[in-house]
Amino acid sequence: MRFGTEIVLLSLFAFAALVAAGFGADEPFRQHMWVLFFAVAGFTAILLRNTEFKPATPVDPTAYMDGPIRYGAIATVFWGVVGMLVGVVIALQLAYPDLNIQPWFNFGRLRPLHTSGVVFAFGGNALLCTSLYVVQRTCRARLFGGNLAWFVFWGYQLFIVMAATGYLLGITESREYAEPEWYVDLWLTVVWVAYLLLFLGTILKRKEPHIYVANWFYLSFIVTIAMLHVVNNLSMPASFLGSKSYSAFSGVQDALTQWWYGHNAVGFFLTAGFLGMMYYFVPKQVNRPVYSYRLSIIHFWALIFLYIWAGPHHLHYTALPDWAQTLGMVFSIMLWMPSWGGMINGLMTLSGAWDKIRTDPIVRMMVAAIAFYGMSTFEGPMMSIKTVNSLSHYTDWTIGHVHSGALGWVGLITFGAIYYMVPKLWNRQRLYSMRLVTWHFWLATLGIVVYAAVMWVSGIMQGLMWREYDEQGFLVYSFAETVAAMHPYYVMRAAGGAMYLTGMLIMAWNVAMTILGYQREEQPLPGSVPALQPAQ
Amino acid sequence: MDYNLMREFADSWGLLAMALFFVACIAFALRPGGKTHADQAARIPLKDD
Repeated sequence: MRFGTEIVLLSLFAFAALVAAGFGADEPFRQHMWVLFFAVAGFTAILLRNTEFKPATPVDPTAYMDGPIRYGAIATVFWGVVGMLVGVVIALQLAYPDLNIQPWFNFGRLRPLHTSGVVFAFGGNALLCTSLYVVQRTCRARLFGGNLAWFVFWGYQLFIVMAATGYLLGITESREYAEPEWYVDLWLTVVWVAYLLLFLGTILKRKEPHIYVANWFYLSFIVTIAMLHVVNNLSMPASFLGSKSYSAFSGVQDALTQWWYGHNAVGFFLTAGFLGMMYYFVPKQVNRPVYSYRLSIIHFWALIFLYIWAGPHHLHYTALPDWAQTLGMVFSIMLWMPSWGGMINGLMTLSGAWDKIRTDPIVRMMVAAIAFYGMSTFEGPMMSIKTVNSLSHYTDWTIGHVHSGALGWVGLITFGAIYYMVPKLWNRQRLYSMRLVTWHFWLATLGIVVYAAVMWVSGIMQGLMWREYDEQGFLVYSFAETVAAMHPYYVMRAAGGAMYLTGMLIMAWNVAMTILGYQREEQPLPGSVPALQPAQ
Repeated sequence: MDYNLMREFADSWGLLAMALFFVACIAFALRPGGKTHADQAARIPLKDD
């Protein structure tokens, strides 16, 4: 019977959720378990309706397994729209506080929904589907473990649903980028170990003797996130059927653990994983090998060795010992070198094919992504210098920096990879429309420029207002005055975010039409088709 | 094993071992004759689909 074991196990899982909904120790936990029950029971019902009693068709062991990757590409676009929409909503809430709808949709609950939505739902699905795409094609081997890839995909979606609904219900561990409570963390650990087995197993059965560098970056991302997630979430639940837990660490140790996790989530989730994307999809799209393979190896090892120490720069001028703050700052500055080495490697892959920036909007998107990688990895080390940090920390400058990295680097390289993969995954000749890609590119790029520039101005203004004192030593501005002064910038920031979201919606339309098999009739982009010469 | 013992190990032998491993990785990547191998590896994604 098709899905037989799955249906039995999922029914038991749904029943367990129902029991937990009945016996939960606190109201949010009971509500959360109802969400889990309906999600799992609904999924079981779908499997029941698709079951068959025919013998299963044999699987071709030489063909690549692209089903979970197709689902992952769709999930990436879907969660991208959701996460960025929530981002625009909370940007507007900051500008117009009346938009806070109590209790589920206030800023405090929507903000982690936005960060987790874009980082883990959009970025995570992008990493999941591209890593499985790349590892099969560079190892020339089918994914390991049969249906393991499906478990990883759906298990990860369940994690996203549980995390997102938990935030809205007010369930939080209040750890930056790791807000889900202990039971959701345990579930993610199971899914992540399965992901590691899936990826490692595929590498082990490879037919290509050498492991291509993109896989090194993806593997380091998977391994490091496993380690970070487990250590950062070490906690003791207050009860086995309750939504509250207490961290194993306290005080400054807890702060350091959180930023060791937080910064390496940036370093290994948002950087190493997406560099894996860069090292595969840029060479494929421009049809040239990477500029220097040996530089990519050095890039890898230098990044791995330096990034892990940079976290303390989030705790400058706190109770953290001075030596640890300085250590974090020095390692952050040293990170300049591998980051820029990697950026140069990515950009120079185009050498001899620079005209593609003009003629191919997907290449343009990738090049802009690498340029933003360079810019934000320049800005980051600069902001980690203690004197600069004393002005920038806790201000909107940090928000601007994060978004130039997240929207510019992570977003644009993901869009490029999705635009590359979608026609291949669904066997389409080309995308629905290349002109819409151009629209997406300009809306996204201008959106980022507006966003980052506005946040620089507002952040530096905010920092300067906070430290302004008069000749008698009194602070000149109250906190509320600095908030009022930022209002126009908050409105402009929301406009920049809305532009980026509009680009994302155009992408969703373009990808959906490509999957459905349509091709828009349009003039080819200038230069993309050689001009016809009259016959002599 | 207390904090001080781990700290002492981390900033002596641990640090030395990691630094040596790192230098060895770079040296291996830049070894003479490594370029041909690297150029072949760089072509892996382009061989087919």
